[in-house]
Amino acid sequence: MSYIPGQPVTAVVQRVEIHKLRQGENLILGFSIGGGIDQDPSQNPFSEDKTDKGIYVTRVSEGGPAEIAGLQIGDKIMQVNGWDMTMVTHDQARKRLTKRSEEVVRLLVTRQSLQKAVHQSMLS
Amino acid sequence: MDTESQYSGYSYKSGHSRSSRKHRDRRDRHRSKSRDGSRGDKSVTIQAPGEPLLDNESTRGDERDDNWGETTTVVTGTSEHSISHDDLTRIAKDMEDSVPLDCSRHLGAAAGTTLALLSFLTPLAFLLLPPLLWREELEPCGTACEGLFISVAFKLLILLLGSWALFFRRPKASLPRVFVLRALLMVLVFLLVVSYWLFYGVRILDARERSYQGVVQFAVSLVDALLFVHYLAVVLLELRQLQPQFTLKVVRSTDGASRFYNVGHLSIQRVAVWILEKYYHDFPVYNPALLNLPKSVLAKKVSGFKVYSLGEENSTNNSTGQSRAVIAAAARRRDNSHNEYYYEEAEHERRVRKRRARLVVAVEEAFTHIKRLQEEEQKNPREVMDPREAAQAIFASMARAMQKYLRTTKQQPYHTMESILQHLEFCITHDMTPKAFLERYLAAGPTIQYHKERWLAKQWTLVSEEPVTNGLKDGIVFLLKRQDFSLVVSTKKVPFFKLSEEFVDPKSHKFVMRLQSETSV
Repeated sequence: MSYIPGQPVTAVVQRVEIHKLRQGENLILGFSIGGGIDQDPSQNPFSEDKTDKGIYVTRVSEGGPAEIAGLQIGDKIMQVNGWDMTMVTHDQARKRLTKRSEEVVRLLVTRQSLQKAVHQSMLS
Repeated sequence: MDTESQYSGYSYKSGHSRSSRKHRDRRDRHRSKSRDGSRGDKSVTIQAPGEPLLDNESTRGDERDDNWGETTTVVTGTSEHSISHDDLTRIAKDMEDSVPLDCSRHLGAAAGTTLALLSFLTPLAFLLLPPLLWREELEPCGTACEGLFISVAFKLLILLLGSWALFFRRPKASLPRVFVLRALLMVLVFLLVVSYWLFYGVRILDARERSYQGVVQFAVSLVDALLFVHYLAVVLLELRQLQPQFTLKVVRSTDGASRFYNVGHLSIQRVAVWILEKYYHDFPVYNPALLNLPKSVLAKKVSGFKVYSLGEENSTNNSTGQSRAVIAAAARRRDNSHNEYYYEEAEHERRVRKRRARLVVAVEEAFTHIKRLQEEEQKNPREVMDPREAAQAIFASMARAMQKYLRTTKQQPYHTMESILQHLEFCITHDMTPKAFLERYLAAGPTIQYHKERWLAKQWTLVSEEPVTNGLKDGIVFLLKRQDFSLVVSTKKVPFFKLSEEFVDPKSHKFVMRLQSETSV
């Protein structure tokens, strides 16, 4: 998950498909995000590399669509419906996730445990 | 004095006779209405200073104006039986000037002076009468008396100076009713002096008091009491009104110019005087020519009905039925007069700005022709000019631009050529720049700036529902009326402020980087 400038970012990702829940007028996903290129990356409790300005999942509400779909707290979101999330501002990330016209969002998320799991499976 | 005719005195007299010039101008006017009014301006003659700006026939309107339909008089002096607006104002002004001097005002002043004199001389009388009447029986009095004499002398001197500072002033206004506080004070002083004389007469004169020291102490006590009354006068008349308790809104009824003022506790009539003082240097001068909407906007209001409105929106008809029909029809029709008003305003604005630019350039250029003579330079005495001549020399080059600008902004009744020359002379004498010279003409100044006799009116009427000697209270409204306009004054109480304290420790100012903001989606 570390980012070398000039080199493409490689990561092991998991596909998560969230069906938005309609609550009154809004469509909610049931989690909270933090991070972005306009935020301070050293405050991020979930990132391994404290210069990583990506979008992280900071909270997952219980019983919400995100939890049902398998999103976990601390996940870094790499893509939303094909749109990149590694180099976006906080507000842009929010907008990409909360488009009113989309009822389903397909995220590509990555986490530490995935990397470790792939390593172990490669070793064994 | 307030006139709507725009006759200027600049190019009034040229070589031709008046009637032939009139005919020539009418023909010229028909030929090209929009041609610039330069035909009259070619001959700018410098006139003798005594020439009055208005004369009796000035109601015919300015024939040489560019848009002669724009500046018009409401009442024209065409028929023999009508009187012009000027005559009306002149008659009214004569009436108010011939009001006989107010005897009551002088009565009050006379009463006050005699009372003051009486109270001043009383202690001296107290001191002098015993030695005059029974010197032989009087006990001599030693150093204590001398000390008391000195104190009496100095206290009387202080009283004299204090009264001079406080009371001996030219009254600035004659109030409609008695000034209550001052009357109260006079009554107090009167009672004090009378009671002292009473006691003196009974205890000292009749009984032939032998101890002179007692008499002197009696006189000293009177002087002390008078000093305290003077202190009371200072507090009541001067200090009480200083702390602001009310906010007044003063609006001029004709054009809506408004100001806000803070005053303390005063009676309504004193507040009126105070407001008038502020009016003369805060409010822009009342210009009746700026009030009416241009005729072209209002003339198209009603058509198709046999109703002729004199350009006023709310013209009344003889039959109410007809007027109702007119109003209903006018309401139904699509009203485009706002459109015309907007374009008229924009056009006027542009015109004013253009004239103003020309004026500024002309004045700047004119000022470059003049230079102050330095001491060391040797110049031919024929070339050296005093300020008046210098002003006249450079006035000609800017006169035309100035005249046209004043006419566009409808200010020319306020500035005669003589006054402009005087102002120019004044500016040259004090080394002012052209911009300083122009500030007087580019913005309408307060009334006090203009020539006193013409624009300062002394007679104001106070119209109020409450008795005018009452103190100010929240929600009082009263009017100050002149002939042409009035000032509407409304009162509001200054709110009571609840101030609370919050202590901030200087060491508590600490900052961190902004936390990652979390948004829930």
